[in-house]
Amino acid sequence: MIYQDSQTLLEVRGLCATVNSVEILKGIDLTVRSGEVHALMGPNGSGKSTFAKALAGHPAYVVTGGAVVYEGKNLLELKPEERARAGVFLGFQYPIEIPGVANSQFLRLTYNTVQAQRGKDELDPLEFDDFVREKMKLLEMNPDFLDRSVNEGFSGGEKKRNEILQMALLEPRLAILDETDSGLDIDALRVVAHGVNRLATKDNAIVLVTHYQRMLNYIEPDYVHVMESGRIVKTGGKELALELERRGYHWVSVEHRAAAGAAA
Amino acid sequence: MSAVLQNLVNQPYKHGFVTEIESDVAPKGLNEDTIRLISTKKNEPQWLLEFRLKAYQQWLKMDEPKWPNVKYPKIDFQAISYYSAPKPKNKLASIDEVDPELLRTFEKLGVPMNERAKLAGVAVDVIFDSVSVATTYKAKLAEVGIIFGSISEAVHQHPELVKQYLGTVVPVGDNYYAALNSAVFTDGSFCFIPKGVKCPMDLSTYFRINTQESGQFERTLIIAEEGASVSYLEGCTAPKFDTNQLHAAVVELVALDNADIKYSTVQNWYAGDENGIGGIYNFVTKRGLAKGVNSRISWTQVETGSAITWKYPSCVLLGDNSVGEFYSVALTNNYQQADTGTKMVHIGKNTRSTIVSKGISAGRSNNSYRGLVKIAPAAAGARNYSQCDSMLIGDQCGANTFPYIQVHNHSAKVEHEASTSKIGEDQLFYFAQRGIGAEEAVSMIINGFCKDVFQQLPMEFAVEATKLLGLKLEGSVG
Repeated sequence: MIYQDSQTLLEVRGLCATVNSVEILKGIDLTVRSGEVHALMGPNGSGKSTFAKALAGHPAYVVTGGAVVYEGKNLLELKPEERARAGVFLGFQYPIEIPGVANSQFLRLTYNTVQAQRGKDELDPLEFDDFVREKMKLLEMNPDFLDRSVNEGFSGGEKKRNEILQMALLEPRLAILDETDSGLDIDALRVVAHGVNRLATKDNAIVLVTHYQRMLNYIEPDYVHVMESGRIVKTGGKELALELERRGYHWVSVEHRAAAGAAA
Repeated sequence: MSAVLQNLVNQPYKHGFVTEIESDVAPKGLNEDTIRLISTKKNEPQWLLEFRLKAYQQWLKMDEPKWPNVKYPKIDFQAISYYSAPKPKNKLASIDEVDPELLRTFEKLGVPMNERAKLAGVAVDVIFDSVSVATTYKAKLAEVGIIFGSISEAVHQHPELVKQYLGTVVPVGDNYYAALNSAVFTDGSFCFIPKGVKCPMDLSTYFRINTQESGQFERTLIIAEEGASVSYLEGCTAPKFDTNQLHAAVVELVALDNADIKYSTVQNWYAGDENGIGGIYNFVTKRGLAKGVNSRISWTQVETGSAITWKYPSCVLLGDNSVGEFYSVALTNNYQQADTGTKMVHIGKNTRSTIVSKGISAGRSNNSYRGLVKIAPAAAGARNYSQCDSMLIGDQCGANTFPYIQVHNHSAKVEHEASTSKIGEDQLFYFAQRGIGAEEAVSMIINGFCKDVFQQLPMEFAVEATKLLGLKLEGSVG
């Protein structure tokens, strides 16, 4: 939701990044204020996921230009774990499996790490168990998943729910959800979207990376951005997503090129 | 990220100091005179000298094994001193009379030697350069008939027991290093649990190599009579030298009817530096004979040290319904080489064995699992389950699995599972994105990987092992 008195949380200016020396991001500009929900859309290969990972600090994504200011700090100077502790959360498109590490153990470690950073109390295993079970209800999760290894053998839906559960535990200020809707059936999508909505407050912000409008039926964006070839080429309100659903991405690209041509 | 992994693995070795102590060291070299000298110094009976000489004669005719997947320059057996002992000021009556320098050494290593402190509730036999220097809780154990102390002492006080069992599980000519050990062993632990006695506390031996040019050849013999049970722990460290020291030990276990022996090792001999200079050559023969019906022998090892590890704690399952177990974590880093595993030889009916091996390789190390499961023709209904998992950290290390399966009975059931995994950038990034740094992430992944083995260790050892793996891996992630 757009609030009049909200603070700027994230300011991205001219961000360029390469993967394996190939330039993927070619100058991204984006401003996110607290309380807002942004949808980042665009065709395959337009750079959406790269942008998400570059913000989180994945070592394979090398920033070659531009600036990112988060809560008034230079985000690019921080290590990935420092970004996470500062409240930047990435919901993975493909959550990683970690055999042998129990989910409960992993969740408690990540929770306590972030709590410690915020100067808050850490929870012992028993306290944490009560706490996490409460959060799991929000996502209609089966308690037995706490004893299973992190994401190992999870279905696509279970993995995505696990991501949102982690978001619920960590209470990030900036949540970037990378194609959280992909691989979800209608029911799971509803549950996950409902979970995300419950977590949205006026103090945090959410960036949804998605291909499709259907997630946006449940989570209403304040802004919709369209990416193409490593740039944001169009920004609009939630109605833009509906238009994209109807007309596809091609017209945006045509319009953008025409505008660029006119400017030149 | 690679640098982070590197630093994670490369933690300094904390036990690398040398104790300044007056030692009685035999001249270098090996011949019959050396053996007679050892035997005389230890005031041994004639039968033991003959045992040694017989072993020596066999050793002369043998060749060093060439089949292990390890490389090292030829060892000059004439350049090693075969006897080194801290000079006792006088005959020790109690642990309070042990050289304070020695006590300090073991304090530094975290070994509880003070009987009054009763810290861990573990009875400890301490072996310093091949000589047993102290045993705690001896009197208390004797009350229930348990004999626990150095093997040299046992030779004098219980010769009939030593004579009856020594060399029955690992014959003098079993292999090159066992033969060498049988010829020159200087000390070790002896443990006898009489019929029906459940040992009231964990027994532990702590081995320390101190002298640069001496080899360590200790001999351990554990006997559990009918219905007896014991849990035995072994720890090892050595100072840092830029030369290699040879450690060739023999451990024999005998379990009679319904007896149960659990043997746990945390091996942290000096592994050499990050360029592979120095370190212990750990060539060890460990074997348990599950002689009686329903007997059980269980090996748990956490191998983190040594430049080269060559070791196959094995079980000979002779008694019907006997059980053999092998749980192993072997971690290699830098230029370390390990060729380790087990042998499960099923002879009795309905014998069962379980093998769980976890190999972790980092740096430029090479880690091999080698295991034999043999089902003899008479072993009807025998069962084996083996699981061998390897984990690679970085891309310059190697992991190999060499399983040998020989089944001569049709009713036997043998299962073997293996897997290889790698700690990769994406896993570490996932942890990082949740606020968890590489060091903690690796430790969590490794502990998860080793869980099945750590569960088998006595509580305090498990904590120790977890910490040790963390230390060994600090800096190796990337």
